[in-house]
Amino acid sequence: MKKLATYGVKPHDAALKADGKQWSLMEKLLLGLTLDQYIGQVLRNKLNWVLAIIFAIGIPVIIYRFIFSLGAVTHASYDYPWGLFLGFGLFCMVPLSASGFMLGTTVEIFGRHDFEPIERLALLNGLLGYFFAVVYLLVDLGQPWRLSYPMVYSFGPAAVLFLVGWHVATYLSVQVAEVSTAFFEWIGFKRGYDFIRKGTVGLTVAGIILSTLHQGALGALFLYAPGKVHPLWYSSAFQWIHFFTSSIPAGLSMVICVSTIVIYTMKWRCDQRFIDNLDRITISLAKGAAMGLSTYLIIKLIAVAHDNEWAYLATGWGTWWLLEIVGFVFAPLVLLSYAIRHKLVGLCRVGAFWVVAGIILNRLNTALITFNWQLYQEIPHKFEIIISVTIFAIYVTTYRFILNRLPILYKFKPQADE
Amino acid sequence: MSKITRRKFLAGSAAGGAAMMMTPAKKAFAAGSFEGFPDGMGVLVDLTRCVGCRTCEAACNVEQKLPEPALPFDDTSVFDEMHHGQKRRTTDKAYTIVNRYEPKSADEPLYRKIQCNHCNEPACLTSCFVNAYKKTPEGAVIYNSKVCVGCRNCMIACPFHIPAYTYSSVLNPVIKKCIFCYDTRLKEGRPPACVESCPQQVMTFGKRKDLMVIAHERIKKNPGKYVDHVYGEKEVGGTGWFYLSNVPFEEAGFDVNLPKKPIIDNVKDFLAIVPMVLTIWPALFTGFHLLATKGKSHGHGDDNSHDKQEGH
Repeated sequence: MKKLATYGVKPHDAALKADGKQWSLMEKLLLGLTLDQYIGQVLRNKLNWVLAIIFAIGIPVIIYRFIFSLGAVTHASYDYPWGLFLGFGLFCMVPLSASGFMLGTTVEIFGRHDFEPIERLALLNGLLGYFFAVVYLLVDLGQPWRLSYPMVYSFGPAAVLFLVGWHVATYLSVQVAEVSTAFFEWIGFKRGYDFIRKGTVGLTVAGIILSTLHQGALGALFLYAPGKVHPLWYSSAFQWIHFFTSSIPAGLSMVICVSTIVIYTMKWRCDQRFIDNLDRITISLAKGAAMGLSTYLIIKLIAVAHDNEWAYLATGWGTWWLLEIVGFVFAPLVLLSYAIRHKLVGLCRVGAFWVVAGIILNRLNTALITFNWQLYQEIPHKFEIIISVTIFAIYVTTYRFILNRLPILYKFKPQADE
Repeated sequence: MSKITRRKFLAGSAAGGAAMMMTPAKKAFAAGSFEGFPDGMGVLVDLTRCVGCRTCEAACNVEQKLPEPALPFDDTSVFDEMHHGQKRRTTDKAYTIVNRYEPKSADEPLYRKIQCNHCNEPACLTSCFVNAYKKTPEGAVIYNSKVCVGCRNCMIACPFHIPAYTYSSVLNPVIKKCIFCYDTRLKEGRPPACVESCPQQVMTFGKRKDLMVIAHERIKKNPGKYVDHVYGEKEVGGTGWFYLSNVPFEEAGFDVNLPKKPIIDNVKDFLAIVPMVLTIWPALFTGFHLLATKGKSHGHGDDNSHDKQEGH
C-alpha cells in the first residue's frame, strides 16, 4: 500500500468519490483500488505469505478435529479436561479484549472525548477478541452444535459457566451494536448509525456490567477446583476480583500493542487525527494500565496474606509465582511508571507488550501450568498448538481485513463535507 | 380483567412459595447446608477387608455393558501400571478400578476401590451450566447425556477426579462415570453390582445415615484397628460412599486436604455479588456519566476542543 501511495493512489475513505459519485460495494471491498492493484499489494505483503503457510497447515488440522474427534487432536486427558483451546483461547483472549468497555466508559460515560481517536479501535479489539474466544470454545466443546442449550433448552443457573455463557453472548451483541456504527458509516446507512448512537450510553453501561461479571466469572470458574489450582494462584475470596482487576491493564495494554503494530505497518490507513493523537493517548492508556497493575499487585499480595500462604513462596512453585509477580507485574509496572514520568512513548509500548505477556502467563498458570500441581504437568498435543495458532492467525487476518476497510483508524468523511 | 379472588391469590402465593422452596432444593443450592436426602442410600467401604481381587471391576463391566479391557480382570499387573507417575484412574471404559498402595504404617499392601463417591452436594452438579446432573432421592448422582454440551467443567470441578469423557466420539461425546447402577438396580432398592459381587464383603449397602452409625461402631468396637476417621463423612459436605481404613488416609492415596464444606460454598460469595452488580452498576455509572458530562457538549467527534488536553 505504501508503494501505491507514491503513485498517487488514495484509499477509500469517504462516502463519495472525489468526483462526487457513489462507491460501489466491490470498490469498497477492494479499498478503492483496481483488482490488479489490490492483488498486487496482497502478494507483496510478506505477512500474507506467513498467514498462508499457517492456514495451509492449520486448516486441515481443524477439519481433522471435526472428522476424527477431539481425542485425535488432544491428549484426551481426563485430568486436564481444559487444554490450550480454553487455557489460551478463552482465558487469555477475554481479558485482552477488556479494552472495549474500558475505552467505551472513558469516552461515553466520563465524556473524555480526547480519547475518541482510539475508541473504535478499542471497541473492535473487544469485539474480535470475544468473537474468537467463542471460536476457540466451539473447537473445544464436545458437542458445539449444542452451544445454545444453556440459553434456550436446559438451564443450570447456579453454575458460574452459565453466567459466563449468558454474559459473553449478551456482551457480544452489545459489542456488535457498538462497532456497527462504523459499519453503518461504511455502507452508508445513516439511519442505522443515528439509531445506535442514541443508545450509546445504555450500551456502554451494559458493557460495564457484563464485563465486570464475566471477567470475574472466568476467575470464579476455578473456585470449583480448590485442590487442583495451586494455592498461590487460588483465592476463594478474591479470585474473581483478581481476574477482573488484571483484565483492566490487559485490555489497555492490548490497545497500545495493536495501535503500535498498526502505526508501524498500516500507517496509510490512519488519518492525521489518529497519527497526531496516538503518542499522547498511548501515554494516557499506559497510565491507566499502570494504575490497574499496581492495584492488581497489591491485591495479589493481600490474597497470599489472607490465606497465609507465605510458606509456599519457599517452594519451587513459589519461585515460579515470584517470577510471574516480580518479572511480569512489578517489572513492567516500574518500566511503565518510568516511561510515563519521562513521556517516553516507545518504552510505554515495550511495557504494554510486557504486560500482555504477563497476563497470558497468569492465565496459563491458573488454567494449565499450576493446575493439578499435585499430580503431573502436561504439555499440550502438537495438533492442539497448531489449531490454537491457526485460530489466532484467522483472528489476525479478520482484524486486518476490518481495519483496512471500516472507519476504525480513520474518520469517515461524511457526505455533507463533499 | 377478572378480579383476583382471595382464593386465587392464596393459591398463587402458595404456588410461588412452593416454587421458591423447590428451586434451591432441586439444585442443592439452598442457603445454609444441604446434608443429603434423608433416605439416601450409601455404601460403607472397609479398606481393611479388600484383597484386590478386582471382582467388583468385572461386575461393573458386565452390569454397565462396558467394552472388554485390554488385560483380563484377574491380571494383577495392572496394579503396577503408572500413567504420568499416577496410579490408574476411572475412565470412560471403567467406572470403577482397584489400586494397590504400600502404606508406610503397615506391613501389608492396601487395596482401594475407586468410583464416584456420590456426594451429597456434588461439585459436578453445581458446576454444570445445562443441569445435566441430578442427585436422586435414592442417593445416586446421575447424568443426562441428552443435554450435555461437552464443556467438561464437571471434570474440572470433581474433587475426586472421577468423570471421564469419550473424547474419541465425533458426534456424541459424553461424560462417563459410575451412576450407582441407578437405572438397573438402585431404583428398585437393590445394591449396585460391585457391592453384590464382592467376595470379601468389603462394601456394605444401606441408608447412608444407618451406615454412618455402623462405621463409628466398628471403629469403637475394634480399638486400635482403624484410624478414627470416616473418610467421606464430612469431606466436601459428605459423600454417599465413605471409607474406613487401618492406615492414615493419605497413605491410601486419599486427598486429605479437601474442604469439609461442599465445593459450591467456595463459589457462593461470587454468585452473591452478581445481582448486586446487576442492580447497582447501572445507577452508579449513569450517575458518573451525568456528573462527568454536566454542562459539556455531548457532541461526538465534531467536538475537538479537548484534543489538545493532556490525559490524566
